[in-house]
Amino acid sequence: MAQKKGGKSAASDDPEELARMPLQAVLLADTFNLKFRPITLERPKVLLPLVNTPMIDYTLAWLVSVGVEEVFLFCCAHAEQVKEYIGNSHWGQSHAGFSITTIESNFSMSAGDALRFIEGKNVIRGDFILITGDTISNMSLTEALQAHKDRRKKDPDTVMTMFVKRSKPMPLTHQTRLGNDEIMMAIDPETKQLLYYEDRFDSSKRAVTLDKSLLADNASLYLRTDLEDCCIDICSPEVLTIFLDNFDYQHLRRHFVKGLLHDDIMGKKIYTHEIDSSYTARVDNYRSYDTISKDIIQRWSFPLVPDVLYAGNRAQMRLQREGIYKAPDVTLSPSVRIGAFTAIGSGTIIGENSSVSNSVIGELCTIGRNVSIDGCYIWDSVTIEDGCRLSHSIVCDGVHLHTGATLEPGVILSFKVEVGQNITVPAYSKVSLLPQPSKQDSDEELEYADTNSGVIDSPSIASISPANIEHDHVSSFDTEQSVLLEGGLSGVGYIWTSCETGNEEEWRYSVAPIPVEKLKEFYAKMFDEDESSSDGEQTGITHSGELISESKSTDFDDSDGEYKGDVSKFEKEVEETFERALGGVAEENVQLEINSLRMSFNVTHAECAGAVFQSVIKSAIIASNSSKSNLLKATIDAIERSKGLLSYFITNVDEEIEVILKFEEMCMEITREFAPIFSSVLHQLYDKEVITEDAILKWESEKADADESDKVFVKQSEAFLKWLKEAPEEDDEDE
Amino acid sequence: MPDVSDFILKLQRRRIEGSHATARQTAELLRSVVSQTRMPYTNQAAALLDAVRAVGEQLIAANPVELAVGNIVRRVLHIIREEDLSSSAVSFEGLMISEKSDDEDDADHKGGPVLSAAAVAAAARSTLRPRSLQTLLEDGPLPAAPSKSSSAGDSEGKSKSDKSAVGKRLKHSVIEAINLLIEEIDDCYEDISEQAVEHIHQNEVILTLGRSKTVKEFLYAAKQKNRSFRVFVAEGAPRYQGHVLAKELIQKGLETTVITDSAIFAMISRVNMVIVGAHAIMANGGVIAPVGMNMLALAAQRHAVPFVVVAGSHKLCPLYPHNPEVLLNELKSPSDLIDFGEFSDCMDFGAHGGAPLMHVVNPTFDYVPPNLVSLFITDTGGHNAAHMYKLIADYYSADYLVIKRKSTSSN
Repeated sequence: MAQKKGGKSAASDDPEELARMPLQAVLLADTFNLKFRPITLERPKVLLPLVNTPMIDYTLAWLVSVGVEEVFLFCCAHAEQVKEYIGNSHWGQSHAGFSITTIESNFSMSAGDALRFIEGKNVIRGDFILITGDTISNMSLTEALQAHKDRRKKDPDTVMTMFVKRSKPMPLTHQTRLGNDEIMMAIDPETKQLLYYEDRFDSSKRAVTLDKSLLADNASLYLRTDLEDCCIDICSPEVLTIFLDNFDYQHLRRHFVKGLLHDDIMGKKIYTHEIDSSYTARVDNYRSYDTISKDIIQRWSFPLVPDVLYAGNRAQMRLQREGIYKAPDVTLSPSVRIGAFTAIGSGTIIGENSSVSNSVIGELCTIGRNVSIDGCYIWDSVTIEDGCRLSHSIVCDGVHLHTGATLEPGVILSFKVEVGQNITVPAYSKVSLLPQPSKQDSDEELEYADTNSGVIDSPSIASISPANIEHDHVSSFDTEQSVLLEGGLSGVGYIWTSCETGNEEEWRYSVAPIPVEKLKEFYAKMFDEDESSSDGEQTGITHSGELISESKSTDFDDSDGEYKGDVSKFEKEVEETFERALGGVAEENVQLEINSLRMSFNVTHAECAGAVFQSVIKSAIIASNSSKSNLLKATIDAIERSKGLLSYFITNVDEEIEVILKFEEMCMEITREFAPIFSSVLHQLYDKEVITEDAILKWESEKADADESDKVFVKQSEAFLKWLKEAPEEDDEDE
Repeated sequence: MPDVSDFILKLQRRRIEGSHATARQTAELLRSVVSQTRMPYTNQAAALLDAVRAVGEQLIAANPVELAVGNIVRRVLHIIREEDLSSSAVSFEGLMISEKSDDEDDADHKGGPVLSAAAVAAAARSTLRPRSLQTLLEDGPLPAAPSKSSSAGDSEGKSKSDKSAVGKRLKHSVIEAINLLIEEIDDCYEDISEQAVEHIHQNEVILTLGRSKTVKEFLYAAKQKNRSFRVFVAEGAPRYQGHVLAKELIQKGLETTVITDSAIFAMISRVNMVIVGAHAIMANGGVIAPVGMNMLALAAQRHAVPFVVVAGSHKLCPLYPHNPEVLLNELKSPSDLIDFGEFSDCMDFGAHGGAPLMHVVNPTFDYVPPNLVSLFITDTGGHNAAHMYKLIADYYSADYLVIKRKSTSSN
């Protein structure tokens, strides 16, 4: 009865579980980094508009479309704003297609903290999707979810399925597309298990250091640099427990994934799921903001595109020829030139002779005459007066550009900044109404968590004291100061010094395209390396991931000293085990023990065979009481006794040679008493079929070029060798 | 109404594929809207019309490209109006003469002129197209418009006295009529494919593009009647639905040849007839159809091959197309065309001054102008493109062609 019940429940477990368990998702509405400063001081990153729709809408729309029923929205910085947005939008209403619960924590400083907090809430009941609120995707989840569940059933140690996407393995692509470093992953080609993860991989080094066990334990593995991490995972509830147990895990990838992969003790496994045709990307920095906006305009993320994505009560943008998106109530002067791949939000007015290309313009903006806008992201309610020139910049809500202002590439103007008449804002500068925090600390974000733009006005206005006007503001922008104006009209805002990365690095993550000279530098560097290592592509790592002997050998060289020590320790351990074996432990158990020793010390089969043989010889010495005649007899006995063990460990010619060499070494160093009877023992080994003729002959030929001193034993066994060589010939003649 | 917002979400997310499924689900949804609408004491038809209109407007906005939604909404509005006219007439007559008088009588009485009662009732009630060319020819002139408007005016006053009975009856008959509409949508394949033998003859070569269920059933029907013919299937890039169609045809024992879209012109001279499906048929006889269709139509015209469009009546759209290539089109993700992984380096915005050099366009639909279409086959028979507007007048009330008008004025 009980059995029947058990069988039944096992059979119907999965479908039942699927039906009962609503699909849950944890959405982290905070990215715990400072890459979008200074904008994120005033508004959380997930609410920043991406082609005029807050990023979180894309993520939520995707979650609905894949059938998620319960979303736990984790808010940290600016939690009030996120909650308010969700409450007012259609997502919070009952018909949204899922239930959304906000979890608020003001003291979480990393994804790890957030997950620990969620674990404390005890709301996750089954597998869940882990995603950040800045991820744009249109992929389907069914297949991967099913695969994850199947793997979980087979192996309960599976904790996570990571989504990866193939991209072109151009060394520059990662940089130019998303502004992030290349990722290298080692993946088991059959099971798709993730074996190695490195998110700061530098392909220019053309070498990679892998743990030896990775190669020893896996029959085959792919090393791939052509994958992008989608930052979407299917997690088992254990993930939360692991975070709880390892309270130092902060970063999802850098700590959690790497930690699991490197700590064998936990035995937890991570798998990957490669998506092909669907689109997934994460807005990680200003460069990916630019790239992803353009991907969306080019409709890679369909159906999450501006003219389809439901945007509440706003007038829907319509797509026109050449990828121009326009809301129906846009007012354009007839002489306005709108270039391809541009989006213009509702209520915006653009004056005569202005031109807009490759840009996104938000709602209710007023743009004057003769303005040129190229590659810019202009958010809502921005006023741009006549004759301004903007290129490759981000202009936040409420910014006012006075007549003739110029924004050079890479400029970020945060909320309500004003730029005075004919002022040029230098490239890559970030301007905000809030002063730059004196030190860069991740806590800072939290301090500003509940500040909102209304409160900030007073300090900024205070900062425009007449004294500042005299500053030479354009040439030295290292210190904080206001952007001001000529002719009495003032601008408002602080210029931030560039972050810890230093000014030279600004171009990497900027919204502006990479300057031509930097690109040239990059290519030149690449080219030089190709020259120096002529067949670099072959000896390095090819993108589909063949590993080459070169990097392997480097690995061995590096750890040589340690490695020697390991072997002698190992030999000692084997000896001890062997002694215990003489005490009467079953042979299979000894085999098992020695094998596990070999694994844990990570030595080769040949070394292991040598060690076993050494133990056998040593046991013979002990048995013989060190008289010469007894010694030979004791040796023969010992070999006879442990023949099974020896033949188990000595399986091929290489290992046999290793045994002979080991014996030779022993005769010269530790156990000199064997020296006289070397050839007799060798003969015995041959007779007992521990060592084959091939191995002995090979040993001889290897020794042929050696020093005279090394040849002592070869000479001693000359007669035996000669007999060996003749024996097969006789056999041949017989036949 | 939760199911309404659910359906709107589905439409927005493009989760419902195909105009047949969309039409059917829209009709079912509107049926539940009608049944859930609380009937006021006065002017019940107007209440129903408002409810359907409000929902319909949202549905159309959810996916403006899926014209079948709008078609069904307009059909339902038309149904409500028709039912209102006939049922209020009933009550009118019922008060005057007897409680038990049925529709046939009142139609006769009210209509005044000498007409066979049964014929008028059949026209007014079951087919719901009183002014169709067919009925006009068969039954002689019908005094539809003037008598109805007058009776509507009359009945409004009178119906107050007999509200509850009329209310129930109106709602009931509207739901009945919507059920008939759903049935009609379900049966459209059969009705169309019944005509297959009239069009496909022995040893002919038929060319089609992509995969249309209507075309498939049409070809099956001809095969079942033991016509032996060959089918050329153009694969219909980039979704390659033609491959699927070819497999299905072969399973039914049809001799099938698959060709690329670009080989259409080379093959068209060997073809006797082109039979294709459509996404929507516009009031001017133009056709919104899967991409590549215009090219096929032009090739057919060049070689004087008949270009036949088969479509259920739910695809008849009472609107005239304006800039259909852009406004009635949907650009899908370029990933159908090229592999993002392979081309991600071309999508490189960081270099080349920030402007993407590669553009990929993946439109879903083509517009085939009416002069290229030789024949439309709908569930009511074969029609010329120039006759489309008349057919449309049978299905839709002119007053409700623009769904949005009322709500914008009320805003």
